[in-house]
Amino acid sequence: MTKEECKKLVIDIISDIAPDEDLSDIKPEIRLREQLQLDSMDFLDIVMELRKRHGIEVPEADYMRLASLESCAEYLLPKFNAARA
Amino acid sequence: MPLSRIVITGVGLTAPNGNTLAEFRRNLLNGVSGITTMEVRYMGRHPAGLCTFDPLKYQKKKDVRIGTRAGSISIYCAREALADAGVDLAARDRSRIGVYLGITEHGNVETENEVYNISQFKYDVKFWTHHHNPRTVANSPAGEVSLNLGTTGPAYTIGAACAAGNLGLIHATQMLRLGEVDFAIAGGVSESPQTFGIFAGFKSQNALAAHADPTKASRPFDKARNGIVISEGGAIYTLERFEDAQARGAKIYGEIAGYCVNSDATDYVLPNPERQAECVRKAIAHAGMTVEDIDLVNTHATSTPQGDIQECQAIAAVFRERSEPPAINNTKSFIGHAMGAAGALELAGNLPSFDDRVVHPTINVDELDPQCDIPGLVINQPRAVKRVDAILNNSFGMLGINSTLIIKRFRA
Repeated sequence: MTKEECKKLVIDIISDIAPDEDLSDIKPEIRLREQLQLDSMDFLDIVMELRKRHGIEVPEADYMRLASLESCAEYLLPKFNAARA
Repeated sequence: MPLSRIVITGVGLTAPNGNTLAEFRRNLLNGVSGITTMEVRYMGRHPAGLCTFDPLKYQKKKDVRIGTRAGSISIYCAREALADAGVDLAARDRSRIGVYLGITEHGNVETENEVYNISQFKYDVKFWTHHHNPRTVANSPAGEVSLNLGTTGPAYTIGAACAAGNLGLIHATQMLRLGEVDFAIAGGVSESPQTFGIFAGFKSQNALAAHADPTKASRPFDKARNGIVISEGGAIYTLERFEDAQARGAKIYGEIAGYCVNSDATDYVLPNPERQAECVRKAIAHAGMTVEDIDLVNTHATSTPQGDIQECQAIAAVFRERSEPPAINNTKSFIGHAMGAAGALELAGNLPSFDDRVVHPTINVDELDPQCDIPGLVINQPRAVKRVDAILNNSFGMLGINSTLIIKRFRA
């Protein structure tokens, strides 16, 4: 899996968690909460969807790693690859 | 001190056969059922009453995702009622607005969904959503309304089985009279078709309706009736003290005349016609009326073999001294049993009778059960009547809760 593919999977989840948001122009380096109406409960939903859809666990101590799309990809890519191995 | 006069100034509703009062009423007069069928989890297809309103008219997609069906129904009805009442919340003290919603039950749908969800993950509870608790707390539908409207006064539900729709209105009347609030948003709601447990429970009780034609499945008073059609829906009213409504030139649908809530104290499920009759009589007395003053009786009858007979016995006992009986009808024959919404929705369907003096019928009576053949029943066709000045609305529920609400024609 590439980083871009990883980002797309994250965006797929965000589109369900925040269905009113326009996700067509997310800046990867900027924190998601600065671009979108997302609160801490939404991040819990994102974590749940990663678990349900992809079997990926994100411990609470790592939640900050999901801050931006770029940091999501960096953090999650090895997990996606491990899950698919 | 005389009690404040409480008036109805707005109506918002969604029923299986209408998403506005006008559409609902038109279908009640034209004999149009709203019952269809739905796939019930684990149980196959069953008759049910489902609503077709658009939740996104008043909610964001995210709020629909996070909230409950009961919340969406409540928000739709509350917003429609406010629009109908011509009330601008921005110009009001939102801390003086109360939201009081009757519910038969709440939380079954959301809990069943989560149990089903974790069943797909070998019952590992780490897949159980954190939304479960806010979705299932008993005040949830009313809380969703307060979130949506930004009202900061009391907002809670009244759990009263299938008597709950009336209780929302009764409780609002009491709170307005006590001066606890200045404006009330009140009624009843139901999301019950989304829970298989209610279907399964009634089926095990031999009280779930079955019919090849779903529009014929709910048939109170008919000899071939065989049980309840479970429905969703909501009816929410705006209620105000008369002087407040008058001061703003509000349209007034009717005035709360009187009510009674009592308990059978006899059985978990089986109704008690003596206590039902007592509830009706006490409501009439509370209204300062006699049986002669009641023009229209909307029955609770749910299309169960025994329950319909018992309510007919109760009504016949109350009104037997009258030479000409009041008109008696039933709305569940069109919409099924909308549970917590039933009393409030059924009242709404009859309120226009104050204006048009027409009583909508109870439909699907192909062969009237002789044990339900009481004077005054309006069967299959609407009936024009000389006078509709007082409507008596019955709603009864499990654990023996009975409610009767009387609305009278408004006269300044």
